[in-house]
Amino acid sequence: MIKHTTSTFTLRDKLNHLLARTGLRRDRFRVQPGLYTLGNPDKQSSVFVTANYGLSFDKLRAALFGVDCYILVLDTKGINVWCAAGKGTFGTEELIHRIDSVKLKQHVDHDMLILPQLGAPGVAAHEVTERTGFRIEYGPVRAEDLPEYLRNYKATPEMRRVRFNLLDRLILIPVEVTHMLLPAIIITVFLYLVSGPLAALAILAIVVANLIIFPILLPWIPTPNFSTKGFLLGSIVAIPFFLLAFFDNPLAEWWKRVGYALPYLLILPSLVGFIGLTTTGVTTYASRSGVEREISAYFPVMFWMLCGGTLLGVIFRFIR
Amino acid sequence: MKSKYLETTLRYNAELCTGCGMCSSVCPHGVFTQTGHVAQLIRPTACMECGACARNCPVEAITVEAGFGCAVAQFVAALKGSKEPTCNCC
Repeated sequence: MIKHTTSTFTLRDKLNHLLARTGLRRDRFRVQPGLYTLGNPDKQSSVFVTANYGLSFDKLRAALFGVDCYILVLDTKGINVWCAAGKGTFGTEELIHRIDSVKLKQHVDHDMLILPQLGAPGVAAHEVTERTGFRIEYGPVRAEDLPEYLRNYKATPEMRRVRFNLLDRLILIPVEVTHMLLPAIIITVFLYLVSGPLAALAILAIVVANLIIFPILLPWIPTPNFSTKGFLLGSIVAIPFFLLAFFDNPLAEWWKRVGYALPYLLILPSLVGFIGLTTTGVTTYASRSGVEREISAYFPVMFWMLCGGTLLGVIFRFIR
Repeated sequence: MKSKYLETTLRYNAELCTGCGMCSSVCPHGVFTQTGHVAQLIRPTACMECGACARNCPVEAITVEAGFGCAVAQFVAALKGSKEPTCNCC
């Protein structure tokens, strides 16, 4: 059964985009897998393949404004093209199955499929050709480059590169905020009650450092990996807290003052470093073996600093 | 420093290459280029081990230990006792 779609967004589509971009409702933003027509395609019209994540499908159909074509939507369980390709759901088997189930050969007279370049980790083009007769052309990374690509079916080197520029990083902030909001509020309130305003403020500082400053400054923090970038940022954030805690009790003995202040210097760098490490997955360039090396090199240090800082904080909470 | 993201598990055997150009087409980081009738590995340190080149090489001239460069996925895998990094966030 062929469905029809358009290149324009309804108010409901725009609401879905907002809910997806804020992480409020991303999981259920899905499109029915299958074959779609856009405009009035005939047997010579191009076939574009995409994932059944709503944003992937919508980016594609918007980029194909004015083009009469087919869109073949694979069942990627509502996951975007690149991630699904990594998992194999945007993959050779699903593509072959979908070509078969929509009876694509009855709809077109040619043998070319245009796939997004980022689908390539999951799809072996030569195997699809061998088993179905369809040739695969990998289009550009970004759907917005499709109009230029379609002029001569050639992607420029620039179209073939993924980026992670400031805008790409900023657009991810709302999703991260949504994910971190509830635990951050709980820990902030808890620390305010058991320790005081400074400890509560430190949690807010961690959230701001990791969710806003870290992604903005990512390329410019002068260390070569995520843990140390976060660690460095966390250390800078920790300094005012350390000083405030130290000078907050001018009449106490010096060792008590160090005890009050030192937890900030242990906890903030390790926690900001750890959360920095967990952002590897949202970047467009961290490699599997690189992340493995980074975890084994820095995770133990960050873990013990966090434990030590917490223990010290608890102990000096009772030594007043 | 130990962890610079400069090492990679990507391996390329130029002797097997038939010059189809697929690897330089699918790589999102310009790791390969096509010069004459053979692919050349020009930026190995930029490799993110996504596996696109190896999967699309018809003569298996390229190998890479592909997977998610995601710490969350690797922590989840470690907790589940699974070898492959896995998660449900993307």
